Amino acid sequence: MPGVNKDKGAKKPKKTSIPRTPIPEQDAKKRAGNFDEVALGYNRDQALIEASRCLQCKKPKCVAGCPVNIDIPQFIKALEEDDPAAAIAILKQKTSFPAVCGRVCPQEDQCEKLCILGRKHEPVAIGRLERYAADWEAAQGEAAKPGIAAGKGKKVGVVGSGPAGLTCAGELAKQGYDVTIYEALHKPGGVLVYGIPEFRLPKQIVQRECDYVESLGVEIRLDHVIGRTMTVDEMLENGHDAVFIANGAGLPMFMNIPGENFNGVYSANEFLTRANLMKSYRFPDYDTPIKIGKRVAVIGGGNVAMDAARTALRLGAQVHLVYRRSMDELPARREEVHHAQEEGIEFHLLTNPVRIIGDQEGWVEEIEVIKMELGEPDLSGRRRPVPVEGSETRIPVDVVIMAIGTRANPLLTQSTKNLELNKWGNIVADEHTLATSKEGVFAGGDIVTGAATVILAMGAGKIAARSIDRYLRGQPLLTPEEEEEIRAASDKAAAASK
Amino acid sequence: MYKILDKVDYSDDVYMQVIEAPAVARAARAGQFVILRIHEEGERIPLTIADFDREKGTVTIVVQAVGKSTRHLQTLSGGETLANFIGPLGLPSEIENFGTVIMAGGGVGVAPIYPIARELKDAGNKVISILAARTKHLLLWEDKMRDISDEVIVTTDDGSYGRKCLVTEPLKELCEAGGVDLVYAIGPGIMMKFCCKTTEPLGVRTLVSLNSIMVDGTGMCGACRVSVGGETKFVCVEGPEFDGHQVDFDELMSRQRQYLEQEKIANDLYLECRGDAQCLA
Ligand SMILES: Cc1cc2nc3c(=O)[nH]c(=O)nc-3n(C[C@H](O)[C@H](O)[C@H](O)COP(=O)(O)OP(=O)(O)OC[C@H]3O[C@@H](n4cnc5c(N)ncnc54)[C@H](O)[C@@H]3O)c2cc1C
Ligand code: SF4
Ligand code: FES
Repeated sequence: MPGVNKDKGAKKPKKTSIPRTPIPEQDAKKRAGNFDEVALGYNRDQALIEASRCLQCKKPKCVAGCPVNIDIPQFIKALEEDDPAAAIAILKQKTSFPAVCGRVCPQEDQCEKLCILGRKHEPVAIGRLERYAADWEAAQGEAAKPGIAAGKGKKVGVVGSGPAGLTCAGELAKQGYDVTIYEALHKPGGVLVYGIPEFRLPKQIVQRECDYVESLGVEIRLDHVIGRTMTVDEMLENGHDAVFIANGAGLPMFMNIPGENFNGVYSANEFLTRANLMKSYRFPDYDTPIKIGKRVAVIGGGNVAMDAARTALRLGAQVHLVYRRSMDELPARREEVHHAQEEGIEFHLLTNPVRIIGDQEGWVEEIEVIKMELGEPDLSGRRRPVPVEGSETRIPVDVVIMAIGTRANPLLTQSTKNLELNKWGNIVADEHTLATSKEGVFAGGDIVTGAATVILAMGAGKIAARSIDRYLRGQPLLTPEEEEEIRAASDKAAAASK
Repeated sequence: MYKILDKVDYSDDVYMQVIEAPAVARAARAGQFVILRIHEEGERIPLTIADFDREKGTVTIVVQAVGKSTRHLQTLSGGETLANFIGPLGLPSEIENFGTVIMAGGGVGVAPIYPIARELKDAGNKVISILAARTKHLLLWEDKMRDISDEVIVTTDDGSYGRKCLVTEPLKELCEAGGVDLVYAIGPGIMMKFCCKTTEPLGVRTLVSLNSIMVDGTGMCGACRVSVGGETKFVCVEGPEFDGHQVDFDELMSRQRQYLEQEKIANDLYLECRGDAQCLA
């Protein structure tokens, strides 16, 4: 494709000379002390300029990078023509929650990574434009409600109100199904509400999206733990014609090093849940306490680690991030790493905890770490970190937050009969239809893929809704054309691998 | 919203509430617990189920007021509502005919032991209950326990009622006499620890129900973790009952003290304001 690139560049020299429009942000010093949103969003002028940078490629690469294939050039074109209403309509064909995606999707690894403009210049700021369109819509008051099909007289149960569950429920409600979401927690939103902090994704936005789904006729039943309050089998027996399981991947992992149960050691899930869901950053106005810590060590290098570190910082702690590989392998979004550094988080790279040392009363006092060096590449293709003998040192800390990943929570799956799981406990679901081994039961989102992204979860919600609709109409889950497409794609992949 | 149907004060700081929660009552089994939240700014409080009625759709809890939230809860009476009531959580007790079982309940621990004792009795066990309290007026549910026990022994610390001794004394005598197949000990951490210390050398299997600090109660946060047999377990999903001889009680009790400082701040503020919204704000 380099030829195409050259042609486009030659025809539209002006576009490439416009620099990528920076997004206004709260000052780093100021924001380190509050929970307000960091990125402030484009205003109209900025959005018009940024939208005008798009080359409107005939064969846009960006779309292929988008997990749900949003028609990116079209929505950007609408913005360039100052028609945000049209832009939002295009976005919503593929994503239910553009205000969320525009804020938290890793665009730099998806659409923006492949943007043709990005080959020689900086890519179009697709995510920021998406956010602009969504925020414009929110400012207009209530979201335009789509037409809702006549009642189908069929009832669907959805487990979990994260992005996968909300998307699937919304889609099915639009098609006239009677949909109930069962959510274990006392607030809907999944990771969007208990995990991702306010300063990256204001909870008011999540609430608005949940309200929107309810306005489509979906009932959200909180305080319902499927597997305890009711099982999936009971859901099927008690009038649900189909069930979509989207309960996420929320079982925190620990390192199994000595001292992990000392007071002051948290999983990132616990620390973030206390802070976000329970609002303990506003203790004692809110009742849930949190140990703030004077010096906090966060273990891990993903988005979750960054969120935990930046939350601890905002609560008033001095924060040390401990990651066993180097900056190049750090899996968190660049933007968030950059924000974290600006805010004053100290990075200890190529460093791994060995044990946690506590005092007489059982409180964390220090963490012992060892230097690592990168050895041979492992299965993931990343170079495996190996400890450097004798390089142990200690960092004095009073809080340690483990952000080393999550696994599938067995609570629901163990209580469900005939549901096939893989060896890690994730539900096995057909890649193209999300059907599980159990009749009438579909599954998607993190519980199938393992911890992934918001947009992939939403994509799964869409696929599940399509499959459930076909299932309840007694149709095959895939059309002959889709089957053909899948066959062609896999043939192509097989040929490529030869 | 979940309605409180009835409230009875057993003492200044111990009370019983009956909550209307049909979905929880329908699925509830002995040994499980619930999590409740009083209002929108409230914390999630785990409480073991003391009784339930599937027909009426109610769940009974017995609570000792220790901090701000449980004190506040005590001020709510029949007709008032709770924001959230979630459950049943945790694994139910294993009910089978073990033979002779001793049910040792300390303080408010007598309440959660009641439904387990009832089911064990129904399953054909000989049930010997030891009810321990600091003093006579703090003794709970003696009549209810007598109804379902073959034998009841009461102990008080001050001798104001029953035997003047700790729960461990009759426990030791009974186990030494032999023929005890299983012991349940439920109460404060220290009481469970010493019950286990008593039964361990005598080789009598002992189950305890742990009340660790929790947030979600579904395995998502790990706040409730405790070492059992050298392994970390999540009490909310793998418990709350464990083999008491394997539990690290010192760690459990230390972890229970994690928020003493913050609890004091919240409690002082609450007592000072006595629930006056303006003052609290
Ligand atoms: C701190 C953090 C930061 C992240 N940052 C990003 C980011 O910047 N960008 C990005 O794309 N992704 C990010 N992710 C990942 C993303 O949030 C998840 O991939 C996504 O939310 C998965 O959606 P889901 O619908 O599958 O599950 P979840 O969002 O996990 O929702 C599952 C829901 O099901 C409920 N549930 C669980 N068990 C039961 C049960 N038995 N009964 C009833 N309900 C149940 C849960 O309470 C929860 O509400 C982040 C994750 C975390 C933890
Ligand atoms: S966003 Fe980038 S790749 Fe997509 S159409 Fe515009 S210039 Fe082309
Ligand atoms: S209370 Fe959160 S995992 Fe047990």
